[in-house]
Amino acid sequence: MQLARLMWVSWLFHLKSLSTSSFFLLTSILQPIIFASIAFFMFESGQQEGTLLYVALGAGLMGIWSSTLFGSGGSIQWQRWQGTLEICVAAPARFLWVMLPLTVATASIGLYSIVATLMWGRLFFGMPLELDQPWLFALALPVTILSLGLLGLLLASTFVLYRNANAFSNLLEYPVWLVTGLLVPLSLLPGWVEWISWVLAPTWGIEALRNAALGGGQVWPAIGMCALLGAVYLALGAVFLENFERLAREKATLSLT
Amino acid sequence: MTAALRVFFVGGRISYRALFNWIRPGLYVTTMLGSPLFQILFFTYLGRYATNRDDDFFIVGNAVQVSAMAGIYGMVMGIANERWYGTLSSLLATPANRLALFGGRALPFIANGLVVSAFGFAVGWLFLDFSPAPGSLPALAAVVAVTVASCTALGMLVGSIGLRARDVFFAANLVYFLMLLICGVNIPVDELPGWLEWIATKLPMTHGIEAAREISDGASLADVSDLVATEALIGAVYAVAAYALFRFFEYEGRHRGSLETL
Repeated sequence: MQLARLMWVSWLFHLKSLSTSSFFLLTSILQPIIFASIAFFMFESGQQEGTLLYVALGAGLMGIWSSTLFGSGGSIQWQRWQGTLEICVAAPARFLWVMLPLTVATASIGLYSIVATLMWGRLFFGMPLELDQPWLFALALPVTILSLGLLGLLLASTFVLYRNANAFSNLLEYPVWLVTGLLVPLSLLPGWVEWISWVLAPTWGIEALRNAALGGGQVWPAIGMCALLGAVYLALGAVFLENFERLAREKATLSLT
Repeated sequence: MTAALRVFFVGGRISYRALFNWIRPGLYVTTMLGSPLFQILFFTYLGRYATNRDDDFFIVGNAVQVSAMAGIYGMVMGIANERWYGTLSSLLATPANRLALFGGRALPFIANGLVVSAFGFAVGWLFLDFSPAPGSLPALAAVVAVTVASCTALGMLVGSIGLRARDVFFAANLVYFLMLLICGVNIPVDELPGWLEWIATKLPMTHGIEAAREISDGASLADVSDLVATEALIGAVYAVAAYALFRFFEYEGRHRGSLETL
């Protein structure tokens, strides 16, 4: 019960805190809208029909990935700069449970991205908002966000080893957009890319959301893969975080920026 | 005159090197080259899937636009970081020629932008079979040089705003992404809604990218001279506006005592 309360209160706190940041406003609302517009115009120019919802969902998930990447990737470093990392580590709760709501919150503000791109498509491009399986879509969305949040935990626990994680984050934005098939089908990319895409939650998240929204494919297997990958990310993140905490305590480097 | 030239060249170089005070050179290079590499691949593959245009359209557009990594982000940091790191007051207390002080900062970023853009074209050649006629390369380099300088002028304008605005990096990011949409990088300008097309014609990059595409299709420098001249003129207007804003915010900052306000 205490753990559930910790998760809920921390998640809500971080969600509110991130929502006031102009940087996250950019990555989770404006940037997805700009990329959705670029894709809308490109598809329109190619005279491809029925692709507006496809584009809106892809651009929305691109926004979720960006906010997770920048938010989670630099989260421990950010706590360091703010001087709150020692307090978080010294808290009675395990460091893992302190960090988890933060990384899930960074993925959660990506919800703004999905809403923004769907509304943008509806208002400016006349995109019909008819979902093939709305209930499964409503289930797939939080599962996708949770799995990205858990991926964020893994990023947070590994990026902390690098002093300039933010610059490293810049490098990972486009490649993941590309190799997870958010806008470009994986069949157009070299065959080896598919192997990489299988271990990345956004691949299964977008498959679940697209199949639920557009029909034409199964939703449950993709939701299952999101959940499975989420569990793997959590296990790996827990190990890495524990290692980070132990080393930082031993070497007294917790507050060193 | 000698002092002004020294401020222009030495001051500009020191300002550029100051970036490495907080970011390691290896990481800076990775960011400057890694992100453009994937941007070009992303939009070229998206273009293949979504449109009927050939790869060259997207390679040229993005290879020119990625120079904005240096022209916008770098230039904004080169100016606005003075305030952020508390060195603006000391800088403005010097009797240094303001035009040399301001203009000199642009030079390293123009050179940096050219390197990034050249790398972008190399990516196209290496991974995407982009192969312009060897004879067109000098003309292409000239067009890109003008475009990068013009884009850096826009970066100077945004950087000048950073002497007053609180969060100029938000503006820098927004400008960079809007360029992808508006300046004909991935979508021909005439396919945009009328009002966006109008804005596009007033921005750096638009004419330069169009000229670069024509040259890679076989046109000569003389054929695109109008486009290049327009691009240079737009860049000059932005540079003058940027300098005027710089002087205005210097005056206002002294007057209101707000030079170091964050």
